[in-house]
Amino acid sequence: MAKELLKGNVAMAEAAIRSGLQAYFGYPITPQTELLEWMAERMPLLGRTFLQAESEVAAINMVYGAACTGARVMSSSSSPGVSLMMEGISYIAGTELPVVLVDVVRGGPGLGNIAPSQGDYYQITKGGGHGDYFPIVLAPSNVQESIDLMVLAFDLAEKYRSIVVVMSDGNVGQIMEPAELPPFQPLKTVYPDWAVRGAENRAKRTLSSIYIKPDEEEVTNFRLLERWHEIEANELRYKEYFLDDAEIVVVGFGSSGRVAFSAVRAARAQGIPVGLLRPITLRPFPYAPLAELSKSAKAFLVVEMNAGQMLDDVQLAVAGRTPVEFYGRMGGMVPYQGEILAEIMRIASESIPLEGDPRHRWAQRVNYGRNGHK
Amino acid sequence: MELTAPTHVVYQRPESLADVPTSYCPGCTHGVAHRLVAEVLDEMGVRQNTIGVAPVGCSVFAYNFFDFDFVEAAHGRAPAMATGIKRLLPDRIVFTYQGDGDLASIGMGEIMHAAGRGENITVIFINNAIYGMTGGQMAPTTLPGQKTTSSPYGRDVEQAGFPLRMAELLANMDGSGYVVRRSLHDPKNIRLAKKAIRTAFEAQVRGLGFSLVELLSSCPTNWGLTPKDALTWIEEKMVPVYPLGDYKVAPSLASLKV
Amino acid sequence: MQTEIIISGFGGQGALFAGQLLAYAAMDSGFEVTWIPSYGPEMRGGTANCTVIIADEEIGAPTVLNPRAVLALNLPSLDKYEPLVISGGVLVANASLINRPITRTDISAVMIPANEIAEEIGDKRLLNMVMLGALLGKLPVLPVEVIEKALQAHIPERHKRLLPSNYAALRRGMEFAAQVPSPIHS
Ligand SMILES: Cc1ncc(C[n+]2csc(CCOP(=O)(O)OP(=O)(O)O)c2C)c(N)n1
Ligand code: SF4
Repeated sequence: MAKELLKGNVAMAEAAIRSGLQAYFGYPITPQTELLEWMAERMPLLGRTFLQAESEVAAINMVYGAACTGARVMSSSSSPGVSLMMEGISYIAGTELPVVLVDVVRGGPGLGNIAPSQGDYYQITKGGGHGDYFPIVLAPSNVQESIDLMVLAFDLAEKYRSIVVVMSDGNVGQIMEPAELPPFQPLKTVYPDWAVRGAENRAKRTLSSIYIKPDEEEVTNFRLLERWHEIEANELRYKEYFLDDAEIVVVGFGSSGRVAFSAVRAARAQGIPVGLLRPITLRPFPYAPLAELSKSAKAFLVVEMNAGQMLDDVQLAVAGRTPVEFYGRMGGMVPYQGEILAEIMRIASESIPLEGDPRHRWAQRVNYGRNGHK
Repeated sequence: MELTAPTHVVYQRPESLADVPTSYCPGCTHGVAHRLVAEVLDEMGVRQNTIGVAPVGCSVFAYNFFDFDFVEAAHGRAPAMATGIKRLLPDRIVFTYQGDGDLASIGMGEIMHAAGRGENITVIFINNAIYGMTGGQMAPTTLPGQKTTSSPYGRDVEQAGFPLRMAELLANMDGSGYVVRRSLHDPKNIRLAKKAIRTAFEAQVRGLGFSLVELLSSCPTNWGLTPKDALTWIEEKMVPVYPLGDYKVAPSLASLKV
Repeated sequence: MQTEIIISGFGGQGALFAGQLLAYAAMDSGFEVTWIPSYGPEMRGGTANCTVIIADEEIGAPTVLNPRAVLALNLPSLDKYEPLVISGGVLVANASLINRPITRTDISAVMIPANEIAEEIGDKRLLNMVMLGALLGKLPVLPVEVIEKALQAHIPERHKRLLPSNYAALRRGMEFAAQVPSPIHS
């Protein structure tokens, strides 16, 4: 199929439709709304379900119900809306249902603004809802990846009966790039053996997240954990750039990952031995590859559009073997290539201490509060 | 030459309105509603005793446009936030200013229960049959057949349900003291709207419970109409679906002259 | 190699569409390309701008601090972007709505009365095409024929009858810009 110029949000919606999406439930919120609007236009034409819910609380619970029938279903939102969905997500996780959710992250906390951000990293990757569960989290950094990860999201959700969150951001959602859409998959006709669709000629089935006896809940928790271990073993995805001989390793995902890529390429052109690891699955996180790199690298630089959230995971992986530096923009600000390049050049010429907190060092260096925004 | 003729001020900015340009589109009646609220609060002399609660919607920045204390709520939660304030400061005038998505969609729970509790707050409810802020999606008040970006083929009541008539619904609650619907499409109706807003605040002063004024309001931008045609659209299309009138008037208000 | 172009104006002046057209043309010519808008409440009558990057290799950052070229459709856009164009870059400003000269001397500057030219052609909405033409006159990122083909391929069916006047607008802009001398050292 030929490439088309597609907007990230629209591309995700169309990719979901082509993956055999049967129902979409959502609520308008910028910068995600084009996804919902594309569903409003396309789903009725295809005879599939589109419903604008009265709120994100309702939308996720509509998804919860629809997923109980074994159908391919999804919702999408942006940060404040995703916060409202957290209850439903926890119930979906507890009921072990395959569900895909897109979070086009914007500046926060609170109402914040509609500009691109990665401030939901903790919320999305560490769970967000209550209880012991492990969401699969995919982070596209361009339109083609948005499409490919959408297709993958449905497959992973069903393979592992798991919630899969595609964590995009305002820039990846709004950008237009040439990309190729996937072929149409036929709609499901065979449903899994747990689906609740009416007990015609079979014993009744129930779906619930309640395990009133703690020992039974523990068995369930353990099942989720074992499934998670399987996911960790099979589904880790990340991209490496110029890492073969890299002394400085930059780590960034999504929008900040692609800006970091520009900076790394520019630094390479100046002869700096620097490379980039861009996690595509934020959960499972590439702890092992980063641990491996920490044995040879001189320093790490974590770049994010938040106050240093993935930073914690990189530090876990590096485990104090190698110095780690952090550079972030917050509140909906997106770093320019030059800012990250300057950090790379600084790290190349300075010796970075092993001790101390990279977040504190960064805050002291940049001091956005006092200097105002660039 | 010196100007000697005495100046007669016939029109000026109410004290309760801040001296700043608003962020509303040209021809949007959100601005008219703001002015009416400000004039009423000035006339009642309660500016310094009033606390507003802004919603999420085009009026999210209302706190910038009014010149008294204000807070900004999460989408739909203004009545709950107002409840918290009123319970702590019962002698202040507390009001929310909410759009139809904010009040009748995501905030349906909060508004119903505020009315059900007879919460002694005032609600200015802007019904423009659409989501303005997010670029023109369907609201619970969108008319049957009305095209929006999330009902691109026109609101199909089979799929998307029927418009919600909030004034009628809320008037049913035992806790509500004053619930009416007015419109902002012409000077006569604007005058009636102002009287209703005054009465609603008077109801709060008298402790008569929940008060709400629903205002039919224009959104020329997302309706795709000129400001003038948008006013005609209110009169011709909205008023038949949302009849103007008094849906609940506590007996002691009936004799109130405003 | 990559070329970054910012197109900026009031909402409704067609800045976003002009950028999309450039992006379509770049894609059709086999280049890597990104188009990214400023989005949000600005769309209500405020400013609208987009950044287009055309490259022959994978594009990383989709926005840049210092673009190679800027099309300023109104005064606020000129004020914002004039200082940011890279030295030796191109700045096309809409003289119809801008009452001050361009002060930078280290860039190729074109003040073009885009509204008037568009009106002469018969439709003031063509001002974005006049501006885009002027860009091509100074910075031949893509041949004008490719832009015209992209217009033909991506314009909605109901607007097809406007194609000839769009072509005319592009050409008039190009011719105008070609006659403006460039600074010696660029
Ligand atoms: C939890 C949450 N969901 C969605 C949004 C996005 N949002 C902002 S305003 C709005 C609707 C506003 O419509 P309305 O209340 O009718 O007010 P109007 O803009 O028309 O005045 C929505 C859905 C949000 N801010 N928070
Ligand atoms: S979008 Fe509609 S409701 Fe919002 S300010 Fe503009 S006209 Fe008013």
